[in-house]
Amino acid sequence: MNLRELTNTEAMVEALKEEMTRDPSIFIIGEDLVAHGGIFGQFIGLPEAFPGRVIDTPISETCIVGAGLGAALTGMRPFVDLHFADFTTCAMDEIVNQVAKIRYMFGGQAKIPLVIWAPDGAGLSAAAHHSQSLEAWFIHTPGLKVVSPCFPYDVKGLIKTSIRSDDPIIFFMHKKIFSRKGPVPEEEYVIPLGKAEIKHPGTDVTIITYSIMVLHALEVAEEMEKEGIRVEVLDLRTLWPMDWERIAESVTKTHRVIIAHEACLTCGFGAEISARIQEELFDELDAPIFRVGAYRVPIPFSPPLERFVIPGKESLKKTIYNMFGKEIDSK
Amino acid sequence: MTELIDPTFYIKMYEQMLTIRSFEEKAIELFEHNLIRGNIHPCIGQEAVSVGVCLALRREDYMLNTHRGHGNCIAKGADLKRMMAELLGRSTGYCKGKGGSMHIADFEGGNLGANGIVGGGLPIAVGAGISIQNRGTDQVVACFFGDGAVNQGTFHESMNLAAIWKLPVIFICENNQYALSTPIQEAISIPKISDRALAYGIPGVTIDGNDVTEVYIQMRKAVERARSGKGPTLLDCVTYRFYGHFTGDPGRGITYRSKEEMEEWLRRCPIKRLREYLFREGLLSEEKEEEIQSHVKKSIEEAVRFAQESPFPNPEEATQDLFY
Repeated sequence: MNLRELTNTEAMVEALKEEMTRDPSIFIIGEDLVAHGGIFGQFIGLPEAFPGRVIDTPISETCIVGAGLGAALTGMRPFVDLHFADFTTCAMDEIVNQVAKIRYMFGGQAKIPLVIWAPDGAGLSAAAHHSQSLEAWFIHTPGLKVVSPCFPYDVKGLIKTSIRSDDPIIFFMHKKIFSRKGPVPEEEYVIPLGKAEIKHPGTDVTIITYSIMVLHALEVAEEMEKEGIRVEVLDLRTLWPMDWERIAESVTKTHRVIIAHEACLTCGFGAEISARIQEELFDELDAPIFRVGAYRVPIPFSPPLERFVIPGKESLKKTIYNMFGKEIDSK
Repeated sequence: MTELIDPTFYIKMYEQMLTIRSFEEKAIELFEHNLIRGNIHPCIGQEAVSVGVCLALRREDYMLNTHRGHGNCIAKGADLKRMMAELLGRSTGYCKGKGGSMHIADFEGGNLGANGIVGGGLPIAVGAGISIQNRGTDQVVACFFGDGAVNQGTFHESMNLAAIWKLPVIFICENNQYALSTPIQEAISIPKISDRALAYGIPGVTIDGNDVTEVYIQMRKAVERARSGKGPTLLDCVTYRFYGHFTGDPGRGITYRSKEEMEEWLRRCPIKRLREYLFREGLLSEEKEEEIQSHVKKSIEEAVRFAQESPFPNPEEATQDLFY
């Protein structure tokens, strides 16, 4: 396998380029995509490489998503760019009542090869309307699949799989990881949906997490090793379908669980995972399940306020110390 | 439009309109006998719009439908048996009992489904238009919606996108003048819904939606425009729903419509009008009419029998058909 270092953005562009070359029914649609390859440069080079297949729209989020659905129902494979995850709210009827329900409601007549891609997450002082992590809403909605990887390898493999899927996918990518680099093979590969991956093996506690929190968890795992706590980091990559098998394996190995996400703690995905673990694996647990997530407030603008609200490395460490009855290092 | 001088074309229109009316009357009867659960939104009184529009379409053309959509389904070529089975919640229905009256789709016949959300079909129609443009076929999309939908955001976003990209979409407002109980005059600040077309730079016409020939002629023009790449049209078809909003509407809508108004519109019944025209022009005899009526009656009876003899779905099927 020949590996190179690519950023998450480059990995995504490469995935799209390969898939669009392979399948002429794929097109990208959204706001401000052509002038400079998307506001994050996430489609750089694609408008030139595929004239007419990267479509700029007026600001009409409702209709962009609905149009993606209409095209998906009639033989195309649209990749809808929603600018920011926060803007899904403008298209909630389209996503929840139409995209998610049409196949089921019509008795399985339709297939919906549609990807709705949306950058999410806080940490950039973008304030309350450009910083949310809303994955729990969509995991809660039957009929949708939800993906949220954080390494270039996973981004490329999962973008390709999502495009090839005949089911609607909500694909989240945290804005802070776009320029983060990682190894990506030159050879063709795909990653199946619904497969979590252990990013750091451990035996004492499992951090079940995804998106940017994987990076924080990995740093914590390194640090804890020095203190004799071996942390396993399980990156879900796909949130729905959830890889219960991999979760159960890890819980059965470590007997201690922390579930971490940047989204608000209340009714976050952590609550669902936690409930399922205690229902099915109660006897495996040596400690209560802990969750790490954001405060239940909108994301504030000012850096100290924002840092306070969203979880990071320190909140994870604090939780581990709490779990193992250790004093928190005052440094 | 040589079909307009062909007597059999008018007979076809008449038979289709009668079929829709009989289907709806039977559905109401079955509902009243508790054989259809939930509710139905009968389109009785609006048959000329369904038939006039759909006769201008080909089978491979797409259609987006509304909650009051049985007539449009039938006119687009749906099988009455599978429709009735769906209304009765049977496994042989178009949606295997998962959709019911408000959500019949027939993808093979270009029917992309009926929507329970007012204005829900318009963005999907835009997407189907993009798809047609991309694939380079000469299909068109007929997008039905009611007068209630014209004040939803989807109406404006969809009209605009279809207009700027010259998509082959025909926006058909089945303007029955009431959004549930709200009269259209109270819901818009302009005389006609079709005036809104101006804002998007596309043709818009208000037509007598109870005149099936007029609906057909205007739809043919809109379809030709769409097929030749000139873009969308807005057709505002003024009509009336005799039964009110739904089977639960007290006195067929008497709480918000006057008796005089309802009687006046009954006199303008689209089927009665076509029938009178056909007799006047000598295109229909009493003998032929009886033959048509008996044929329609038979097909509705067959549909009901098929539905009633069909099994209900197994409860476990509720977990199927979510993902491909």
